[in-house]
Amino acid sequence: MNQETEPLLRVEEISITFGGLKALNGVSLEVYPGEVMAIIGPNGAGKTTMLNVINGVYTPDEGRIFFEGRERPLKMKPHHVAAMGISRTFQNLALFRGMTTLGNILVGRSQKMHSNFFSQGIYWGLSEKEEVEHREAVEWIIDFLEIENIRKQPAGMLPYGLQKRVELGRALAAEPKLLLLDEPMAGMNLEEKEDIARFVLDANEELNYTIALIEHDMGVVMDICDRIVVLDFGNKIAEGTPEEIKKNPKVIQAYLGTAGG
Amino acid sequence: MFYRECGVLKETYAKDMAIFPIPLDRWGLGVMLVLAFVVIPFTASDYWLSSIMLPFYCFSLAALGLNFLTGYAGQVSIGHAAFMAVGAYSSLILYGRYGVPLPLSIFGGGIFASAAGTIFGIPSLRIKGFYLAVSTLAAQFIIEWVLTHWQWVSGGVFGTIDAPDMYIFGWIIDTPVKKYYLVLCVLTLLTVFGKNLVRGQLGRNWTAIRDMDVAAEIIGVSLFRNKLIAFAVSSFYAGVAGSLITFTYYLAANIEEFNLFLSFHLLGMIIIGGMGTVLGSFFGAGFMTLLPIFINQTLLTIMERVPSDIRANSEAIVFGGLIVFFLIVEPYGMARLWQTIKEKMRLWPFPY
Repeated sequence: MNQETEPLLRVEEISITFGGLKALNGVSLEVYPGEVMAIIGPNGAGKTTMLNVINGVYTPDEGRIFFEGRERPLKMKPHHVAAMGISRTFQNLALFRGMTTLGNILVGRSQKMHSNFFSQGIYWGLSEKEEVEHREAVEWIIDFLEIENIRKQPAGMLPYGLQKRVELGRALAAEPKLLLLDEPMAGMNLEEKEDIARFVLDANEELNYTIALIEHDMGVVMDICDRIVVLDFGNKIAEGTPEEIKKNPKVIQAYLGTAGG
Repeated sequence: MFYRECGVLKETYAKDMAIFPIPLDRWGLGVMLVLAFVVIPFTASDYWLSSIMLPFYCFSLAALGLNFLTGYAGQVSIGHAAFMAVGAYSSLILYGRYGVPLPLSIFGGGIFASAAGTIFGIPSLRIKGFYLAVSTLAAQFIIEWVLTHWQWVSGGVFGTIDAPDMYIFGWIIDTPVKKYYLVLCVLTLLTVFGKNLVRGQLGRNWTAIRDMDVAAEIIGVSLFRNKLIAFAVSSFYAGVAGSLITFTYYLAANIEEFNLFLSFHLLGMIIIGGMGTVLGSFFGAGFMTLLPIFINQTLLTIMERVPSDIRANSEAIVFGGLIVFFLIVEPYGMARLWQTIKEKMRLWPFPY
């Protein structure tokens, strides 16, 4: 990855405290356009907190956030962040259980739909055109993720692996500039992991999405990521290519503990 | 065998997204419309039209409104009777005192109710579940109090306004049949409008908020906007329902009719009928308004000599028992029961 290019996302010196616990302590990181970047670290390292800060769920105590070279206010509504072009999946499944697969993925496009209330009520003109247009886009994603057969099933009834896939579809539907994946492969068997890894790579290489992901499976992370940032207890302890990270003594220490300690 | 998707080949997404993609559904709806618009008004007695069908339709409309808010958007409200009252009072005042044409008055009643609902919906941005329910309970009490004590509204302290004769462009609406058509037309229009809303983008946003609000917001659904629209639309429907039922059935706006009990009654309708379905609102309203009458009539024929107080109590017992029975058989309401029957019909008579 060419480090000279302007980063798509740059967070600087982010700190956030939850009732005395410093969840993030002056962490800076960058995501460059076109890369697959991973944030790894032991449990409680602050990885998901970082994503929540980027999304606007948490307002950090200090720090700065730049997206596409422009600074965004630290306090920002999550749906405004979504409108900027940041989409996201969740660690624990967060599908809309009562809706079909189609419905779930269509919600991902809600930022792109603009027909007004009355037009929707009459279902005529712009509203109908828009519904059909976005349905086409969603069908494309359903094709891409190979979930054609479950398009009309309620999401809550799907097996776990497929739910994760639908969630990925919902995030892709927003056509984001930056895609954040929070443990997309957690709790999956090898085959399902390989599927998701393939989709992530396809999304990156064919659709040119920039992706930042959190993942615990080191094998997958080392295989598919261009760059890795390691967090531990709210601090950034390392950053670099997979090869560099594998050899980094601090990382080994964080994961395996000190000898005799 | 007869009801199935098989053989219905949809070639465009527009066709797949049609309001009723299956031909038999369209036929069924057509039959229901003919029944409602032609058969019932020409065959039913005046008693049936004015005392049974009118409240049934009006409560269906109110239940539909509550269903948008509670069933689709997941925001519990136990103040909906109060929003009906706002609609009733404001439309009577618009029509009776200011001479606004009747259709505009009914619509205006909805608008005022909608404004009230939106204001009381603001707490939903911070709180949810039981806590929100309690804050809508406050709406019920505050609105009841205002309507009884604000003299300008009722002209007295008892909070009652008589409904004047209804004229639409000089044409008097006095007979039960005319009133029936008025209510039915409004109901049909608003049902189609509402069905379109919930199957489109707004309905998806509502359901998303109901199922997982944090995720919905991160995905890009504005909670503030969509929750307030839910409150506004929902109380608009309640307001129109309140206005219609006052003009055609109660014949006077009286706060006693719109008490807390009615709010719970409406909630009961959508729970029994089916949360998050348009059809369920009708089933629920039918269940809650028609069944007691039916039980009463049946008891009357089989227990003619029993004193009336015992009959009234046994009506309540049978009715309560049926509610419990239905909820045990199908906790998701009668609409889900209907859905299950349709699923079975797809395979019938060879359910392998």
